[in-house]
Amino acid sequence: MFNRNNELLKTHGGLFVLTALVLILPLFISSSFQLRVLVVVWVYALAAIGLNLLMGFAGQVSMGHGGFFALGAYACALGPTQLGLSPLLSLPAGVVLAALIAFLVGRPILRLKGHYLAVATLGFGMLVFMVLTNEVQVTGGPDGMPVKRLTILGWKLKGSTTWYWVTGGMLILGAWVAFNIVNSPTGLALRALRDSEVVSSVMGIDVARYKLLVFVLSAAYAAAAGGALALFDGYVTPGMSDFLVSVQLVTMVVLGGMGSIMGSVIGAALLVALPQFLTALHDYEHAMLGLIMMLTIIFLRQGIVPTLTKALSGKRS
Amino acid sequence: MSDYILRVEGIGIEFGGLKAVDGVSIAVRPGEILSVIGPNGAGKTTLFNLISGVYRPGSGRVFLNEQDVTELQPHKLAGLGLTRTFQNLQIFMSMTAIENVMVGRHLHESRNVLAHMLTLPSVRRQRAASRKVALEMLDRVGLADQADRPASALPYGALKRLEIARALAQEPSVLLLDEPAAGCNPRETEEVDEIIQQVAESGVAVVLVEHDMRLVMKISSHIIVLNFGRKLSEGSPGSDQGRSGGCRGLSGSGLGQERGRNTCCRLRIYIRAMAGSRCCMVSRLRLTRARWWH
Repeated sequence: MFNRNNELLKTHGGLFVLTALVLILPLFISSSFQLRVLVVVWVYALAAIGLNLLMGFAGQVSMGHGGFFALGAYACALGPTQLGLSPLLSLPAGVVLAALIAFLVGRPILRLKGHYLAVATLGFGMLVFMVLTNEVQVTGGPDGMPVKRLTILGWKLKGSTTWYWVTGGMLILGAWVAFNIVNSPTGLALRALRDSEVVSSVMGIDVARYKLLVFVLSAAYAAAAGGALALFDGYVTPGMSDFLVSVQLVTMVVLGGMGSIMGSVIGAALLVALPQFLTALHDYEHAMLGLIMMLTIIFLRQGIVPTLTKALSGKRS
Repeated sequence: MSDYILRVEGIGIEFGGLKAVDGVSIAVRPGEILSVIGPNGAGKTTLFNLISGVYRPGSGRVFLNEQDVTELQPHKLAGLGLTRTFQNLQIFMSMTAIENVMVGRHLHESRNVLAHMLTLPSVRRQRAASRKVALEMLDRVGLADQADRPASALPYGALKRLEIARALAQEPSVLLLDEPAAGCNPRETEEVDEIIQQVAESGVAVVLVEHDMRLVMKISSHIIVLNFGRKLSEGSPGSDQGRSGGCRGLSGSGLGQERGRNTCCRLRIYIRAMAGSRCCMVSRLRLTRARWWH
């Protein structure tokens, strides 16, 4: 039993840290504004974890995950108004829809590699943005549209505290699934195909299938995150599928550490929360943010979490 | 004829008009070791790439257990029991030694992704089973004590054996080994040679590309000589043909006298160099290692 616990700690250690973090952080929160920031952090962390499975583990770049993020969000907005779905059903429906679209889009574009894949996914993100902006009758166009509040058994989910626990729970669930995958034969296959597709294939790994699988999975994560943000905010705009959102997600993954699930959470926290703290600097806010990002990537080259854990374990031994 | 597990018929491929491999036929039975020898650029690795599905052949056919597998992708071939190692070390450098070998267990594990997402107890059990088999394989090549070290920290000779362990973890029925002893010192070469013999004795058909002539002569049941993409000669190591490295077979073939003499010369130099000094091995070792440095 001890052995098993030990193994669990080794494979899922980050999950316990994350759970503890989600549980303890509210004790240090003094304003509902800070709570709101944390909700947004959890939401982006969820999307970043999904993207990390694709980028950090399977080694495939996507510059279009903002598209899937917005698909999830708009599903929550359009489900109740257009299809009469309850908001509670709209969220999973959006996840399924995004996964389906990822499946259709992924089949042809995942044959591409490196920069070409990046450009193709970029194109997808732009496509979503165009559709959301131009289909004014359905999506409300550039102004966006309101989202019906989520009610569970007559209980209306609103307020930062409620949503803190909802998004925190979603994040822990998403991280748990990600940790499971990473430590399963599927995770090993993904890491193998990142290192060498030819060798993976010789090992019997169906490279195309696994690439598609992880692409669909990461799209589902992004859509779930987007849906949660829409339900929390009560409003959606095409800006959610903006190119900048996709870039932000990629930056979170890289900054936090490719292939580190906790890294994605830290990356998201940094990119969401830091600008809030830096507002005190007024005009120099963006310059400072850029500087911090540059210094991080120069001195913590493998990303924040992997570099720091390596440094810590190096000291110990 | 039907006891051949791998049969290649007149396989060939062209790269920009150059016939890298031209109408080569080979056949192996279970438990046999077929060696393919020839100078650098003779088309040995290309032949392996054709058989293992990495390249799509321009002509010819490949049969595995009398089933035509010519157009199949490598992962399908792996499912049918054919695997290979690579000349220029193809180790997953970001993984530990044992994880490398566990990748080789891929086809023996359940690939139910939903179960993996939830880490059902069955997944855990299976994982432990894979680890056990992987450890056995590492033990077989003498690397059991290095199991949890990162592959990037292992010396070259160990990585060569790690690649063999990974291939063995697949429990193949046909194993293509591309220069398994390249860059190994004499003691390591001997270990590799023992491993290969054990593998063959367990009923696996082995096709071997190797420059170390002593190794080839010692363990092969059959030798094929390639040059300029064509099969020059074949024979068993004991036979006259085999010993002279194909030169005799060449004079009897339909090749022009002029080209024949040149080829013969090239081959003789090659064989002398391989049997004698190891300096070219060292330079090749440097080349392969340099690939991983950046």
